[in-house]
Amino acid sequence: MESLSVLLLHPVNAYLEQELDRRFRLIRLWDSPPDGRAEFLRANASAIRAVVAYPGYSALAALIDALPSLEIVASFSVGIDHVDLPKCRERGIRVTNTPDVLTDDVADLAVGLAIAALRRIPQADRFVRAGLWKAKGDYALTTRFSGKRVGIIGLGRIGLAIATRVEAFDCPVNYYQRTKKDYPNYTYYPSVVELAANSDILVVACLLSEQTRHIVNREVMEALGPKGVLINIGRGPHVDEPELVSALVEGRLGGAGLDVFEDEPDVPESLFTLDNVVLVPHMGSGTHETRKAMADLVLGNLEAHVLKKPLLTPVI
Amino acid sequence: MPPGLSCSWPTPSSRSLSWTSQLATVSFLSARALLTVELPAVTAELMGALSKLELVLASSVGVDHVDLAACRRRGIAVTNAGGAFSDDAADYAVGLVIAALCRVAAADAYVRRGSWPDGGDYPLASKVSGKRVGVVGLGNIGSRIARRLAAFGCAVSYNSRSPKPSAAYEFVPTVRDLAAASDVLVLSCALTEETRHVVNREVMEALGKDGVLVNVGRGGLVDEPELVRCLQEGVIGGAGLDVFESEPDVPPELFSMDNVVLSAHRAVATPESIRGTIELVAGNLDAFFAGKPLLSPVEL
Repeated sequence: MESLSVLLLHPVNAYLEQELDRRFRLIRLWDSPPDGRAEFLRANASAIRAVVAYPGYSALAALIDALPSLEIVASFSVGIDHVDLPKCRERGIRVTNTPDVLTDDVADLAVGLAIAALRRIPQADRFVRAGLWKAKGDYALTTRFSGKRVGIIGLGRIGLAIATRVEAFDCPVNYYQRTKKDYPNYTYYPSVVELAANSDILVVACLLSEQTRHIVNREVMEALGPKGVLINIGRGPHVDEPELVSALVEGRLGGAGLDVFEDEPDVPESLFTLDNVVLVPHMGSGTHETRKAMADLVLGNLEAHVLKKPLLTPVI
Repeated sequence: MPPGLSCSWPTPSSRSLSWTSQLATVSFLSARALLTVELPAVTAELMGALSKLELVLASSVGVDHVDLAACRRRGIAVTNAGGAFSDDAADYAVGLVIAALCRVAAADAYVRRGSWPDGGDYPLASKVSGKRVGVVGLGNIGSRIARRLAAFGCAVSYNSRSPKPSAAYEFVPTVRDLAAASDVLVLSCALTEETRHVVNREVMEALGKDGVLVNVGRGGLVDEPELVRCLQEGVIGGAGLDVFESEPDVPPELFSMDNVVLSAHRAVATPESIRGTIELVAGNLDAFFAGKPLLSPVEL
């Protein structure tokens, strides 16, 4: 399989890089200086048949156009908004992602962020570390999590995993997506605004597309209300971020737990001083166990492609 | 308040006085019931001054601050917060488990101090789903922790004084063996003479270098100086702590550790829990004065 030349866009995972290097002919994009990338690509263009992409390190039209021998884009992610799918379709390039393996991690983090936001766990941690427990006495009361109505946007794999978890906390589950499904225990709402109006906690768990961009806008935040909490473990652009910041600052929204942001790694600085938010740096699938499983899927898809076997997790 | 009853309490201005000196100065001496809020010690001496005392109502679940042996001798009944705190305590325990494994508090601090743009991707966390969780004490709180973490796909086993035939989880006869068979050890048992320092160095060594300890019970369940050393030496991987041995003092060595989550004994501090406790105290008092069975008696 050494004949397959694979372009890796970013040193995203040491195990993945090591195994790509062992099993294929690995070309590291970052071996070239940033201003020499176009020339580097031209020099390797005829050899590169596979690209391993990653959110933030995109396989967009320009890259695909520069690689005439490209046959497959294997993304080290479940979301593939960073891959130009129409272009790939047009060129007959296969695309794979890494679904399922990060479902549990993202669902775990969603629930963890919801509990942390309602019970203000990082705030308690800051309070104790600053020595304020002794100096100022008891930390303020927080809000119960059990029994809160949880509204999930997108009841796909991750949304369902979140639903299973919060049911164990006696939380009624509501959901919105384009089509109603046959879940006897979950209540469907035909719009995000209605979902938000009937939920205490709103979780964004859908894929990012043109239809879901800014799916949480000012109107949705108003419906969620001053006691409502928004959890985003999807993608930053799902939420109108300037509107979110002003809703939080003005107290029109109760709180938020955010793993993703519109312009990562930049986070609006006005969030840094808010006590009603929990901010984490896009770590949804960032566990040792899951990164290895994702890497194994990328490698398995590339090997299947070389051996002309069915791809393990094809998107196209 | 039923007719014929009266209620007295120490006044804020007299808080500097000891309980017993206050009792000598005001008309507590006819009290039949004593309500303790938070965790002041209810000693044999205090109860000795109250010759009519028949009932101690604790606003907490744990009653380690009440001299239960003295109550037993005197035939004084004791009630606790029963199940009023159970959901919040279990939620908080799960929140601490996730926060400790995923380093949520440290990650929040990382973002807030503006380190993400230059620091790049945050160090990988440890997975929650599928972890082996050992629960010490499968009472109202422990059983709720078990049910919640089972929904995360965690394999739950437990230790308690005796096996619970109705529990769907595996019973492990010693805390050391439970720790050895677990990735996460959660403490949700009462503090008694038997459970004081139930987590010692041997238990932490059994839990291991990737193991995480979560304590929502009482600080005294853990040998705290040993815990600090075990964290410093990497004997265990991390901790989520809501309680400490001498609150509000927290060992300052913990303040610089990224693998611990610290909290100020807040697991049950929600308006819902407090309302539930007040209702339970009122229900116990009604039952007591009506000569009916108490709602949440503590076994003496």
